[in-house]
Amino acid sequence: MRAAYQRVLWWTVFVAAAIPASRLLLRFYHDDLGPDPLVTLEHGTGFWAFVLLVVTLSVTPIRRLTGWNGVIKLRKMLGNWSAAYALSHVIIYVWLDQGLDWHGIWTDALEHKRIFLGLLAFLILLTLAATSPTFMIRRLGRRWSTIHKMVYAAVILAVIHFALTQKLDWREPILWGGAVLVLLGARVWWAARPRTSESSVT
Amino acid sequence: MSRFVTPRIAPSEITDEKHFWDRRTWLATVGAGLGALAYAPKRLSAQTQDTPTPYDTITGYNNFYEFSTDKEAVRELAANFRTTPWTVSVEGEVKRPKKYELAELLRGIPVEERTYRHRCVEAWSMVVPWNGVSLAAVIRKLEPTSKAKYIEFTTLMDPERMPGQRRGILQWPYVEGLRMDEAMNPLAILVTGIYGRPVPAQNGAPLRLVVPWKYGFKGAKSIVKIRFTERQPVTTWALTAPDEYGFYANVNPAVDHPRWSQASERIIGRFGRKETLPFNGYAEQVASLYRGMDLRVNF
Repeated sequence: MRAAYQRVLWWTVFVAAAIPASRLLLRFYHDDLGPDPLVTLEHGTGFWAFVLLVVTLSVTPIRRLTGWNGVIKLRKMLGNWSAAYALSHVIIYVWLDQGLDWHGIWTDALEHKRIFLGLLAFLILLTLAATSPTFMIRRLGRRWSTIHKMVYAAVILAVIHFALTQKLDWREPILWGGAVLVLLGARVWWAARPRTSESSVT
Repeated sequence: MSRFVTPRIAPSEITDEKHFWDRRTWLATVGAGLGALAYAPKRLSAQTQDTPTPYDTITGYNNFYEFSTDKEAVRELAANFRTTPWTVSVEGEVKRPKKYELAELLRGIPVEERTYRHRCVEAWSMVVPWNGVSLAAVIRKLEPTSKAKYIEFTTLMDPERMPGQRRGILQWPYVEGLRMDEAMNPLAILVTGIYGRPVPAQNGAPLRLVVPWKYGFKGAKSIVKIRFTERQPVTTWALTAPDEYGFYANVNPAVDHPRWSQASERIIGRFGRKETLPFNGYAEQVASLYRGMDLRVNF
C-alpha cells in the first residue's frame, strides 16, 4: 500500500508533465502559436519529449546519490510522458507539416539524417512505452532489461536530431548534450567501479 | 403466413454495459481519427495569391544575428538603435571612392513600392511591401569602372550597439555580394521603408539590400560600405558553412540544403506550406542570368 505522499507526488509530477502540452493546445486553440506555428509546435513537443527523457535518465543517479528508492516509481510515468510528447511531435510532422505526403516523408527521411535519426529515436521510445506496462515486464522477464537499455541509444539519437535542427546556434543542444553526457558518464563510472552490494546500475 | 420470431438471446450473450460503452468510444475515436485524416492540410499551390504579411509580423520575426539568434527578440534589442547620422563608404573599382551621407547617396533616385516574396533559407517565407530605390540606379550614379565584376556590401560592426556581435557566432562584420549583372537587374533594390513607413532597425535600417530571387540572407542589412571588386566577395554565411550556404544562394526547390529540403516553404503567419518556386517565382526576370550554369554546383 503506497504511502499517501507517494500518490500525491506521483500525481503532482504527472500534472506537471502535462503542463507544456496543455499550454501548446491552448495556444493552438487561440491561434497564438506565433509567426511560424509549425515550428512552434514541432519544437515545443520535441523539446519536452527530450527533456522528459533526460529526466528519466536522472532517476537512477538520484536514487544512488540520495538513497531515495521511491523515485523509481516516477520513471515509468515520465518515460511514457516522453513517449507521448514524441508521438505528438511525429504526428505534427507527418500530419500537419508534411500533410500526410508519405512520399515526401520517405524522401525526407532518406535524404536527411535529421529526420532519419529522429524517427529512429521515436521508434525506440514507442517500443519502450509499449513494453512499459507491468504485465509486459512479467512477460518479457530478463529480456525487458535488455530492451529498455535502448533508452541510451534513444537519448543519443535525440541529441543529434536536436542539434541537426539548429541552423547555427548550437548552445541548447550542447547544453542538453552535456547533461546527457554527465548522466550516461555517471553510469559508466559506477559500472567500472568495484561493486559491493548493489545488484545493477539500473 | 410466416411470423417473424425474435430470436431468443441467452443472457450470457448480452454485451456487458461497460464493454458496450468502450466499443462505442473506440469507434468514435477511430471515426474521429479517420475523419481527421481526411482533413490533412493540403500543400498550397505555388499560385496562391501573395498576401502581404502583416507589418507586425515582418517587424517582429527577424534573422539578424547582430542582435540575437532569437527571431522574436531582435525587435526589442534593436528598439533604440539610432540610424542617424549614417554614412555609406563607397570603395574599390569606382570612379570616385567617397564616404556618402545616406541622404546624399540616395539623392535623385525615386523611392518605389516593391512588394516581393521573401524566402528564407530556413524554408519559411513572407510577402513584404518594401519601399526602396533601384540598386541599378545607385550603381549607375556611383560609376564603377570596367574592372568592377562584383559588388560587395558590408554591415555595421558595432558590438556595443549590436549585442549579438559580442559572440563569434558569425565572423563580423557581415559581408554579402552580388555579380554585377545580378546587381543591375531591375528587381534588386536598396530598401529604406516597409509599408510606407521607415524601415525599422530590426529589418536592417537605414539601408538594406533586397534580392528577391535569392535566399533572404543575401540581403545585407544596415549597410555601411559598398565596394566594387574584381574578385568574387567572400560572403559571411559561405565562410561559416561553405557546404550549406553558397555565393549565389538562388532560391531553388531542386537543390536541398544539406540538412533540410528546399522544395517547399512554411508561410509565416499561416498554418501551412507552399511549394517553392525556382528563383522564388522570379524566373522570368532572372533565369537568363544563369544560363549555362550548373545551379547545383553554384548554389
